[in-house]
Amino acid sequence: MPLLEIKNLQASVADRQILNGLDLVVNKGEVHAIMGPNGSGKSTLAHVLTGKPGYEVTGGTVTLDGEDLLAMGIDERAAKGLFLAFQYPIEIPGVATMTFLRTAMNAQRKTRGEPELSTPEFMKRVRETAKKLSIDPEMLRRPVNVGFSGGEKKRNEILQMALLEPKLAVLDETDSGLDIDALKIVADGVNQLRSPERSMIVITHYQRLLNHIVPDVVHVLSRGRIVRTGGKDLALELEARGYADYTADEAA
Amino acid sequence: MAQAATLVKTEAEQRLAAEWAEAKARLAGPANLREAAYRRFEVAGLPNRRVEEWKYTDLRALMRDAKPLALPPDQAMLTRAAEAGRIVSGIKAHRLTIVNGFLAPPAPDAAATDPGIVTSEIFAYLADPQLASLNQLGGTLPADDVAVALNTAFMSGGVVIQVARDALTERPIHVAHVFAGTAAAAVYPRSLVVVEPGARVTLIETFEGPAGIDYQVNAALELIIGDGAEVERIRVVGEGSDALHLSSIGITLGVGATYNDFTLTTGGAVVRNQAFVRCGGEDARIALRGVSLLRDRQHADTTLVLDHRVSGCESREVFRSVLDDKSRNVFQGKIIVQPDAQKTDARMVSNALMLSPDAEADNKPELEIFADDVQCGHGATAGALDENLKFYLMARGIPAAEAETLLIQSFVGEVIDAVAHEAMRDILAAATEAWLRARK
Repeated sequence: MPLLEIKNLQASVADRQILNGLDLVVNKGEVHAIMGPNGSGKSTLAHVLTGKPGYEVTGGTVTLDGEDLLAMGIDERAAKGLFLAFQYPIEIPGVATMTFLRTAMNAQRKTRGEPELSTPEFMKRVRETAKKLSIDPEMLRRPVNVGFSGGEKKRNEILQMALLEPKLAVLDETDSGLDIDALKIVADGVNQLRSPERSMIVITHYQRLLNHIVPDVVHVLSRGRIVRTGGKDLALELEARGYADYTADEAA
Repeated sequence: MAQAATLVKTEAEQRLAAEWAEAKARLAGPANLREAAYRRFEVAGLPNRRVEEWKYTDLRALMRDAKPLALPPDQAMLTRAAEAGRIVSGIKAHRLTIVNGFLAPPAPDAAATDPGIVTSEIFAYLADPQLASLNQLGGTLPADDVAVALNTAFMSGGVVIQVARDALTERPIHVAHVFAGTAAAAVYPRSLVVVEPGARVTLIETFEGPAGIDYQVNAALELIIGDGAEVERIRVVGEGSDALHLSSIGITLGVGATYNDFTLTTGGAVVRNQAFVRCGGEDARIALRGVSLLRDRQHADTTLVLDHRVSGCESREVFRSVLDDKSRNVFQGKIIVQPDAQKTDARMVSNALMLSPDAEADNKPELEIFADDVQCGHGATAGALDENLKFYLMARGIPAAEAETLLIQSFVGEVIDAVAHEAMRDILAAATEAWLRARK
């Protein structure tokens, strides 16, 4: 059974149809890249999978581990192992990052019927993981993402991903706004999390990120559908030729 | 038009007149002061919405009747009052209890444990001509304010606290106000705190009473802060569900004095917290902050008048309210910068978080600036919980209710964090949690 199976997914935002019958199958342990021109529906796919309010599914099905993902609440999806690394991580004034991490980890455990983490166990995990991602422990005492640089925000996303140990991570334009050093730290963090038990969908406009996070499969998304699927070489081809082939007939 | 100006006396006003006629001869303390105050009330009547200062808290409409003056507490009431101020019982403090507007006997002798603090019953203090001449009662409060006038006319008792020059008091002073009656009554506590130059003190005030009784509290406090003194006042208004609570504080600050003020309002049907602050000493620093957590049909009003009279003072006002059901929060903040108050730095912010479409927030900032080299700013917002923040938390597996709780706690917590007294910060955070747990 595939980990994620999307069949004929259609979705709209503010009455505008964005996804037009999207099909995608991701097996356990695979890393899929989804590339495509601006406005092709990449971020919409990420938001529909997480259940963001305002994104209306008008047709099709999505299953995670055989379960109907679209029937689940936002928090339930997360507890079932879905994780979205946000393109624009949200700043939450007044909530210390540590408090947030702990609340999230324990909420997921509670939903899954697992016991809460003890304080020392939690602290140990956070400290170890932060160290691997070169995150200054001082940052964890500050409110979530408030006053963080672009790179720090993205690293904080990867820290959350590492701590929450999802089955399926969706990385939405994780490379945007990062300089090359920050990109490398983030990509290394993601690569450390690759495992036969964990799948990833890497959404990106540029091939650059895929030099660091090498995908198993590359898809091209255009006008709300997957129009081409290939191996990692497809990303190089797109980098060389651009997306013109996939947008040309739009002007026609 | 002349007819329209003379309003018919309401039931409450008639009742207050009857109480005055009946009680004035037996009331202790300064008769002339009382008489003058009552005359002011008699002319003005209870303020309605056409009186600008009371525009959003129409006392004439909200105060349907006036309750009889509370009598000095009997033994049963004193026994009930023994539990007063439990919310801060974890803090070692000099504790004074004011029951139904009367300082409970025996007045604890704080001087026995801290030589820097002297307390006396207010009328005993005023009876000593030498002491009373030092600090004229009413000097810090606007005589024409109706709540102040009524308190002055009917004041029942209270405490005078003197903190000696350069005394660095260790324990806070806790004044626990409690209504311990079994039938509705009106209480008028009046207190005076004099902090002499260079002294440092923390003052905690709690107000409470039983649910289901529509008792009325009209409290006034005058606070005189000497040069270089440091005062923090933390107040918890946790009145019973049906209570009317009016409180006024008048504050004067000396040169280089520091004042930090925080009020948490969770209780009472109608609450009006008013503060009148006079920055009369150069380079004083003042911060007024508060949080109101309201539900059902609660109405809470914070009205501030900050008068910058001399140069170089800094003032900060930060108020946040969380409004559920059909509750209503009013914030009126007036900052006056007098011609001599150059280099004033004054900032005021009020934010309302609306948890219900039926809640109401009224924000009225007023700046009157007569000096040209000053920095003044104000901001006011009212809005629902940010859906993007909630989504982010939920996308990390946090259920909706818990996400909302976390966001409300942080909204409130940012203001509580400015309280200097650490143990009080924890108590205020715990009170917020308790309020959130009771959310339907």
